[in-house]
Amino acid sequence: MKDITIIGAGPAGLTAAIYALRSGKSVLLLEAKTYGGQIVNTPEIDNYPAMPHVSGFEFAQKLYEQAASFGAEIFYEAASSIEDRGGIKVVKTTKNNSYESKAVIIATGAKNRPMGIDREEELIGHGVSYCATCDGMFFRRKDVAVFGGGNTAVEDALFLSQYCNKVYVIHRRDQFRADAADVEKLKARENVEFVLDSIVTKLLGDEKLGAVEVTNKKDGSKREINVAGLFVAIGQMPDNGAFANAVELDEKGYVSAGENCRTKTDGIYVAGDCRTKEVRQLTTAAADGAVAALAACANI
Amino acid sequence: MAAIVLTADNFEKEVLKSDVPVLVDFWAEWCGPCKMLSPVVDRVGENADGFKVGKVNVDDEYDLAERYGISSIPCLIVFKDGKEAKRSVGVIPQDAVEALVKDA
Repeated sequence: MKDITIIGAGPAGLTAAIYALRSGKSVLLLEAKTYGGQIVNTPEIDNYPAMPHVSGFEFAQKLYEQAASFGAEIFYEAASSIEDRGGIKVVKTTKNNSYESKAVIIATGAKNRPMGIDREEELIGHGVSYCATCDGMFFRRKDVAVFGGGNTAVEDALFLSQYCNKVYVIHRRDQFRADAADVEKLKARENVEFVLDSIVTKLLGDEKLGAVEVTNKKDGSKREINVAGLFVAIGQMPDNGAFANAVELDEKGYVSAGENCRTKTDGIYVAGDCRTKEVRQLTTAAADGAVAALAACANI
Repeated sequence: MAAIVLTADNFEKEVLKSDVPVLVDFWAEWCGPCKMLSPVVDRVGENADGFKVGKVNVDDEYDLAERYGISSIPCLIVFKDGKEAKRSVGVIPQDAVEALVKDA
């Protein structure tokens, strides 16, 4: 039996592993996909202290190697439940394994929020994308749309406007949450058209995307826009449903805990983007990892 | 076996005329998720039994990417008897990569 099971090997989980291992505790790391989490999608990180211009991939790689140097080992399995047996916690996985430990740190992060409309899943890779920097080049000189109004959406639109013939920015409001400087930059681009107070309601095309139907939220009017690509950037959502019996989730599905990363259940902690918090950044994920791990270590 | 570097020149011989299924990884240097998936594909290749593994750099081989309608990477395609049998977009764990080949 290990001392601590950490669910998720993104920045929060890997940082937690580093702190726990350096405190002399044994650690089991569970990861559903690959280590690194969402940050691997970021081409360049410019807001992590003392590491300017590092790519998300490089950051993830270095963090993993650092954790591995202290003995961290990742089991590639998705956690499907946590059972609280007092001093012992049992984490079950989708591979039908059960792992016992004295403490658990939930660090599952967040994933891209889907639009939740028909054919979204089937058109991923055929015109629907959640990563403009990964897929933008395939739409060179074509017409595309970005759906969303936050930083990611505006950054995506700026990026795409350099390569694409035309970029439609579809946003449910008429004001942007994104940084004002970037919005101003985007407004100055000649090949960008704003479609405001509107949401994407249909994906059209046979085997690949050919157009989107957008509906104006104010007057209900509908409009079809011919695009080869739709980049969805309507935020993130957590993925903690499997743990609802062991910890408290807020109405959006984040694990309820304060800055001390303690959940309502003794011995179960939460770190990173999957926790209820105001600021979801790389720095705060790493900070949570340290806080949760040291709290767990002190309690074992 | 190490992954074969696939190009427009060797694609027909190595993939389309292969007598075993071929798992092809379409990737690019600037794509972070691709670089996360790449070592996973390598591990699958090392243990490959009854199939081959190859990689297409979409920057170098834009025509190949276009021919197979790649618009999201990383993209894995399993070719069997010269035809596309399975396709998966995005980062997936090693067992899902193995299942993709097995189910093709």
